[in-house]
Amino acid sequence: MAKQLSIFAENKPGSLEKITSILSGKNINLRALTIASSEGFGIFKVLVDNPVEAFDALNKNNIPVQIKDIVAIYIDDKPGGLHKAIRAISKHNINIIDSYGFVVESGKKAIFVFELDKPQEAIKNLKKEKIRILTDSELYSL
Amino acid sequence: MYWDKKAETLSRSSLEKLQIKKLKQTLKRSLRSTFYRKLLKEAGVSFDSIKDVSDIREIPFTTKQDLRNTYPYGMLCVPKEKTIRLHASSGTTGTSTVIFHTPGDIDNWTELLARCIFATGCDSHDVFQNMMTYGMFTGGLGLHYGAEKVGMLVIPASSGNTKRQIKFMRDFGTTVLHITPSYLLHISDVLSKEEKIDPRELNLKAAYIGAEPHSETTRKKLEAIYGFHAYNSYGLSEMNGPGVAFECTFQKDMHIWEDHYIVEVIDPETGKNLPDGQEGELVLTTLSREAMPILRYRTRDLTRICKGNCPCGRTHRRIARIKGRTDDLLIVGGVNVFPSQVEHIIMKIAEVGTNYEIHLQKKGALDHMTVKVELNSKMFSGDIGFLNSIREKIAHALKDEILIRPTVELVAPGTLEPSMGKARRVYDNRKKL
Ligand SMILES: [Zn+2]
Repeated sequence: MAKQLSIFAENKPGSLEKITSILSGKNINLRALTIASSEGFGIFKVLVDNPVEAFDALNKNNIPVQIKDIVAIYIDDKPGGLHKAIRAISKHNINIIDSYGFVVESGKKAIFVFELDKPQEAIKNLKKEKIRILTDSELYSL
Repeated sequence: MYWDKKAETLSRSSLEKLQIKKLKQTLKRSLRSTFYRKLLKEAGVSFDSIKDVSDIREIPFTTKQDLRNTYPYGMLCVPKEKTIRLHASSGTTGTSTVIFHTPGDIDNWTELLARCIFATGCDSHDVFQNMMTYGMFTGGLGLHYGAEKVGMLVIPASSGNTKRQIKFMRDFGTTVLHITPSYLLHISDVLSKEEKIDPRELNLKAAYIGAEPHSETTRKKLEAIYGFHAYNSYGLSEMNGPGVAFECTFQKDMHIWEDHYIVEVIDPETGKNLPDGQEGELVLTTLSREAMPILRYRTRDLTRICKGNCPCGRTHRRIARIKGRTDDLLIVGGVNVFPSQVEHIIMKIAEVGTNYEIHLQKKGALDHMTVKVELNSKMFSGDIGFLNSIREKIAHALKDEILIRPTVELVAPGTLEPSMGKARRVYDNRKKL
């Protein structure tokens, strides 16, 4: 299953830079990044081309990090595309913990990434609806 | 195992007789200093009136400020050529205090440390890595002499250079450390994170921890990490340094060597003596020191004299672990708080690391406390809800203990790391500039 990293960071200048410099030092490419923040601290969710190596590198530097399973899908960039996918996930009582999307080929295709409480089940349901799921290598080599 | 069985198990009545005899000698000796000649004369203390140890209460206290005022030679009771060493502590205010020693003083101090070391079940078979700073500070040299006296192999490593310290431990098979608790915590991080060594795989069997007040939970935590016994050690340079009081293998409070010190506990506000078992400020009188006897010294350390006998058979009473210093006490919104109470709570919470800081500031007219703690990397689950629940858990536990609900800030691991020496935990920004 595809993976991304959740990284703890304080809300202060330099936190993100420390993380990106560790990753670039290991030649790891960032594919996507979102930030969820609360009072005083935040969590960076990072999609990289080599999550296991990235996890090790951050861990060695004593940065609190977790590796999380994700499901990434292709959506046609037109009305109703996302709705179909979300309906497939949520009608089976699967919780979406977090999600984000980005457009890959302007006006043609978008990718949505989901962090879910039951990712295996979600994959089954998405496949039933003929929604295309990105393989790990497809996702990492975007 | 006793180093000096006769002295350590002397009956209480003989011990008290010895104290009275030595107190009279000490008073006589102290008259050779300009400071005590004046002090005792003004207080009208006569030696003949001392019939009981409690008669010491007629003598006025000596304070840290007195030591500063008489710097450097005002309390010296022997000609300078009779002294062989001095130790000084630099006060935060800039003026240092200095203590002088004759050869006899160094011998006595060394004897007490030999007693302490034997009391922990260590002897000449041990390899002793002394990681306290050598130099003017008494922590390094004090234990060094005691360890050599019992015949340990001494590694005078001093503090700092963690990688080298770890190398020494492995190369020489160190069995006993002398170290501050915060440095031990730091080393355990380096061992597991950088060196990938399980601290339990080292050959360590004991650590003497002192120079910083620490909680019982910290001790337990260190013992779990390293698989050794951590013995609490108490001392202060004014009373020689380490070796004033030490735990025996029962690890329940610290025996204080009463044939060399008279121990009292007083109410720091009124100066009145408190009965055994009651907490207050520790007051000590040297009974053996030749170069610089000190009478009824206000240590500013808060403790109590423990009731009951220790199963080890030593007759010298015990003092409880130091709760803090009279000058550590924080009054926050009218409530008394010791940093050690905050530490005690934080150490029990697995999701955070071992370092913390207390910040105090004014919010309008009200005092506000912020506690910063480091997140424990190993326990990080990766979501915001988890982080907020830890903050809530800590704030709640602190409220239960200290009656104040602080703001809890989670910070990245390693950001609150103490320097190699003592850790600074409290930042009081309430004071008017
Ligand atoms: Zn004992």
